[in-house]
Amino acid sequence: MLLTIKNLHASINGKEILRGINLEVKKGEVHAIMGPNGTGKSTLASVIAGREVFEVTEGEITYKGKNLLKLPIEDRAREGIFIGFQYPVEIPGVSITNFMRTAVNEIRKYKGLDPIPAVEFLKLMEENKRLVEIQSNLTNRSVNEGFSGGEKKKNEIFQMAMLEPTLAILDETDSGLDIDALRIVANGVNKLRTKENAFVIITHYQRLLDYIVPDFVHVLFEGRIVKSGNKELALELEEKGYDWIKKEFE
Amino acid sequence: MESDSNKIIDSFTQGDYKFGFITDIETDMAPKGLNEDIIRFISAKKNEPEFMLEFRLKAYRHWLTMKMPGWANLKIAPIDFQDIIYYAAPKKKKQLSGLDEVDPELLDTFNKLGISLEEQKKLSGVAVDAVMDSVSVKTTFSDTLSKQGIIFCSFSEAVQKHPDLVKQYMGTVVPYTDNFFATLNSAVFTDGSFCFIPKGVRCPVELSTYFRINAANTGQFERTLIIAEEGAYVSYMEGCTAPQRDKNQLHAAIVEIIALKDASVKYSTVQNWYPGNKKGEGGIFNFVTKRGICKGNNSKISWTQVETGSAITWKYPSCILLGDNSVGEFYSVAVTNNMQQADTGTKMQHLGKNTKSTIISKGISAGHGNNSYRGLVRIAKNAVNSRNYSQCDSLLLGNKCGAHTFPYIQVENKSSIVEHEATTSKISEDQLFYCQQRGIGMESAIGLIVNGYAKEVLKQLPMEFAVEAQKLLSISLEGSVG
Ligand SMILES: Nc1ncnc2c1ncn2[C@@H]1O[C@H](COP(=O)(O)OP(=O)(O)OP(=O)(O)O)[C@@H](O)[C@H]1O
Ligand SMILES: [Mg+2]
Repeated sequence: MLLTIKNLHASINGKEILRGINLEVKKGEVHAIMGPNGTGKSTLASVIAGREVFEVTEGEITYKGKNLLKLPIEDRAREGIFIGFQYPVEIPGVSITNFMRTAVNEIRKYKGLDPIPAVEFLKLMEENKRLVEIQSNLTNRSVNEGFSGGEKKKNEIFQMAMLEPTLAILDETDSGLDIDALRIVANGVNKLRTKENAFVIITHYQRLLDYIVPDFVHVLFEGRIVKSGNKELALELEEKGYDWIKKEFE
Repeated sequence: MESDSNKIIDSFTQGDYKFGFITDIETDMAPKGLNEDIIRFISAKKNEPEFMLEFRLKAYRHWLTMKMPGWANLKIAPIDFQDIIYYAAPKKKKQLSGLDEVDPELLDTFNKLGISLEEQKKLSGVAVDAVMDSVSVKTTFSDTLSKQGIIFCSFSEAVQKHPDLVKQYMGTVVPYTDNFFATLNSAVFTDGSFCFIPKGVRCPVELSTYFRINAANTGQFERTLIIAEEGAYVSYMEGCTAPQRDKNQLHAAIVEIIALKDASVKYSTVQNWYPGNKKGEGGIFNFVTKRGICKGNNSKISWTQVETGSAITWKYPSCILLGDNSVGEFYSVAVTNNMQQADTGTKMQHLGKNTKSTIISKGISAGHGNNSYRGLVRIAKNAVNSRNYSQCDSLLLGNKCGAHTFPYIQVENKSSIVEHEATTSKISEDQLFYCQQRGIGMESAIGLIVNGYAKEVLKQLPMEFAVEAQKLLSISLEGSVG
């Protein structure tokens, strides 16, 4: 088991958002998480990443057999957890190249490796830029500054490709993408899939799941996973909406 | 949020000064205190011509009528000017003919700073005039430069070898009556750098001086004079780090720049004097008067400074834009951490027609640091069609530090345009989290974000300096993350 979440409760400023999440993710799997707005999907990603504004009040998260909740944010990342953010942050004056080199080298240092040689790094950059079809000069620009919505999302996938995570959580990476970009992002994800890694894909739309076929689909509602199924569940949700689940649940 | 910002504050208040070591070189000192005899002693020690002694004495007598200014946004304990040693020189051996004759301990000091003269000389093509305890120890490259008529030497040497140039220009931009600290400097300055670029010559290398305060209780009074004749160009770099000390040390320097018609001077500084400890004890008091005059038409003076050191920084590199179409620039990054205080900025005096000035100031405050920008833009009546653009940004790390902006604007004609923008921001938790989620530790993340914030200024620095400055910015905000 790569990731085990048991009875996870988390709150912000005393307000409980996650109210008993249970989830298991094995290597090689793709999970999709769907659910109405404001039910805690992004919060779940943040808690897994270790964001300190959210207080874990109950439950546990085990990752690679370790107690994840004890690790600082950066060590979780260095252990292979990656979040593709719903709202990527701008960092003025810091080029993507510089940002990625810093990230790659800090992760290597954690693993006891020397900094990546410049030539090797640039080659890696080129390969991955091609993978997500981003313009060559985009990486000279400051991280996300002045990027279009779609460029920001592609940049997240580019970074994921650079860092080769074991567990990637993509939070609405499909929102705001045009049809071509959607296919590019999905292809990128599919190329990066191996038996050794896993993906959790948070989305509102079935269409991404046409490209990245999930092994499991979960519905998150009011801080709990209230329904799980296979890829058919996503189709059903697309067709019927969430009302029937809400009713079933209430 | 709360725990995060506490963490940030903690990590910064634990940052230690990395260059705290003392070189033990026997010094030849004047007794403590200041009077006319001391000034005569300094002048005699330096074997100066009569006009220099007169200049010093005039300044001293004027200084006696002055009071220390109280208007900067700084808290300064009273300074006892009689408790300072005004002259200390490394013991003279004999005339040095090569680096191998320089005191090995001195070379070692430079090595610790990572600026070995030899390396500098061989690798980077930088001519270095190293000033240590007020006397220039070694000037390199001057032979190559002199072939083009460029003079780059210590101020003392210029007084001996080029007294006419010194007499013609010294005190013309910063008069000896200018201000309390400049007047003091004019009375007691011991050494500094002199640079003269003759008509039509483009100086082929960056000229660089590393200053270093060394003997305990020694006030450091540097004086630099740069003259660019018609159509000349020079890029000049000044950088410094100082060894750790308990007692406050006074540093009151003067830099004067003269740019004649079509000349261009770029002056870059990385300032890293000892800032004092976490409680605010020790550290350098840095009161500097830097001013340039664009005397001829189409001339340009550009100041770039990265200020990370000193307990107190009081410094306003300024431009007098006298020539028509002349250009003044000021790019600044100032960091205050722990108990550091900085009151810095610039003055742009537009006197000529179509003159242009740009001011980009980036203040960074951490710990209990207090950072003020103070700027004056004055466009005189005759300076028609002139323009100024000012941008003053402040970045706060934690919530115990302060940032203040004092812009003064005077426009005396209708055809000129002055634009001023100011922002204050906190280092955002979102940005830190984003970096950390990519595996970047807190310290590196802060270094990255701060360097990004200061990029507009850093990119103005010559290549040789930029890398060092970036490291310095990160180091000055570094601490053990708890
Ligand atoms: N920093 C915060 N401060 C206060 N409330 C917050 C904060 N972050 C999230 N919340 C609240 O937590 C709840 C869950 O938010 P979350 O972003 O996890 O929802 P989501 O399922 O990702 O929604 P969407 O589909 O709209 O992206 C919301 O009610 C939101 O307002
Ligand atoms: Mg969300």
